[in-house]
Amino acid sequence: MRWGDQAPASSPAQAGDPVTTGLASAPYNHRRRLLDAPLSRGITACVLVALLSSLARAEIPLAERRSGYEQMSPATKAMQDDDTSNPATLSVLDGEALWRRKAGDANKACADCHGDAAASMRGVAARYPAFSSAQGRAIDIEQRINLCRTEQQKATPLAHESRDLLALTAYIGRQSRGMPIDVAADEKTKPFIESGRRLYAMRQGQLNLSCQNCHDDNWGQKLAGVPLVQGHPNGYPLYRLEWQSLGSLQRRLRNCLIGMRAEPYPYGADEYVDLELFLMWRARGMTVETPAVRP
Amino acid sequence: MLGASAAPAQELRPTTVTGDAIPASLTGAPGDAERGLKIVTNRQVGLCLLCHSGPYPQERFQGTMAPDLKGAGARWTEGQLRLRIVDAARLNRETIMPPYYRLDGLNRVAAGFRGKPILTAEQIEDVVAYLVTLKD
Ligand code: HEC
Ligand code: HEC
Repeated sequence: MRWGDQAPASSPAQAGDPVTTGLASAPYNHRRRLLDAPLSRGITACVLVALLSSLARAEIPLAERRSGYEQMSPATKAMQDDDTSNPATLSVLDGEALWRRKAGDANKACADCHGDAAASMRGVAARYPAFSSAQGRAIDIEQRINLCRTEQQKATPLAHESRDLLALTAYIGRQSRGMPIDVAADEKTKPFIESGRRLYAMRQGQLNLSCQNCHDDNWGQKLAGVPLVQGHPNGYPLYRLEWQSLGSLQRRLRNCLIGMRAEPYPYGADEYVDLELFLMWRARGMTVETPAVRP
Repeated sequence: MLGASAAPAQELRPTTVTGDAIPASLTGAPGDAERGLKIVTNRQVGLCLLCHSGPYPQERFQGTMAPDLKGAGARWTEGQLRLRIVDAARLNRETIMPPYYRLDGLNRVAAGFRGKPILTAEQIEDVVAYLVTLKD
């Protein structure tokens, strides 16, 4: 069973995926090991602890950031790289059809307002979540799509993780593939980036862990045989072999929260959007891989 | 999943910390090392192998986020091991080792787990009884 997935693994691991380890192959992080000083060692230990724990919580330097892609097996990478073998391609094609299909009481298609997505949607997913003046807060691409549906098309909003919303998000995201992530960090978005940063650093759940504990302090280590990634949002929505389906970034965050035994937020919650924005800011300059494949 | 109301807060048994140890058994009785081994290697119960590795060549999925459990019983006394399982944060505030027998100071615990420690007092005694056998 992989991290945060509740049901027992139903899909066999991809050949070559690094999910198996014998005894620890990567060395245990000795920086942390030093922290295990008995109280009786007193003052020196306290000073050491303060010093070392501040080291342990450093952000990943920009040049050391790695997409989850880089920790995948060659077989899974090849699956992502080739549109004909990438299982998410079907959804992108569905999304393209939806883009052109008239919907709602306004009987308008996305294409009626935005024309050719290859031109009008190029780079859009790379700068979302973005500030919406109408909403007075940062909104993610799913919310942006649903605003167009309700306000322009006069149609009902699409449900989170529904086939159609994933397809449209994948299609729009595909138009930014290969582009650098470039979310705005300005007066309007800063409060939401900061909120996301706080949520990311917050210990939560019965296991009392933060996102940071795994993705900043321990990436590269193994969590029960699963390589810990840095937790970048650059491939979403993506096809996950464990899910056997496409899933949104919020679904991924929900999985991590369930693994931590924390109460997941309801889909669409502000907390998720703030986390998404913070993660995109943290991944600034990294390449959009949408629709990616992950084990 | 159980709702919050279906998970009544469980009374924790009192523990006395002496130095860096809890010398007395939480249940007043010794644990069972064989059951302890099963708890430690069970990913849904002990969760230890999420982070630790140990002397289990048959277990394919082990963590590398924490020291190998091999030799833990030689490095630490029974009481020291007990405190490390009950609440490792008493020794290192920044530790990522979850507090297995603590309810306070936790945030946004999922409804099905609210008000319950990760392991019961009996399970902790079993784990401790097992860990002390890891002499080399
Ligand atoms: C105890 C470890 C742990 C914690 C805590 C944790 N995660 Fe994760 N996370 C993982 C693992 C392991 C994976 C990879 C899962 C897999 O491939 O099976 C992952 C995957 C991810 C990914 C996907 C990266 C990719 O390349 O697709 C994101 C984004 C992410 N986590 C964000 C978060 C956030 C935000 C939090 C806190 C709310 C969090 N994680 C908490 C272990 C953790
Ligand atoms: C989420 C990670 C995590 C989990 C789960 C976890 N530990 Fe730990 N454990 C650590 C870390 C990290 C240390 C190193 C000391 C520290 O940071 O406090 C540690 C230290 C220890 C130590 C003392 C170090 C030594 O020399 O062996 C023992 C014993 C131990 N853990 C046993 C367990 C047992 C038994 C379980 C399960 C019931 C468990 N741990 C679950 C992370 C974890």
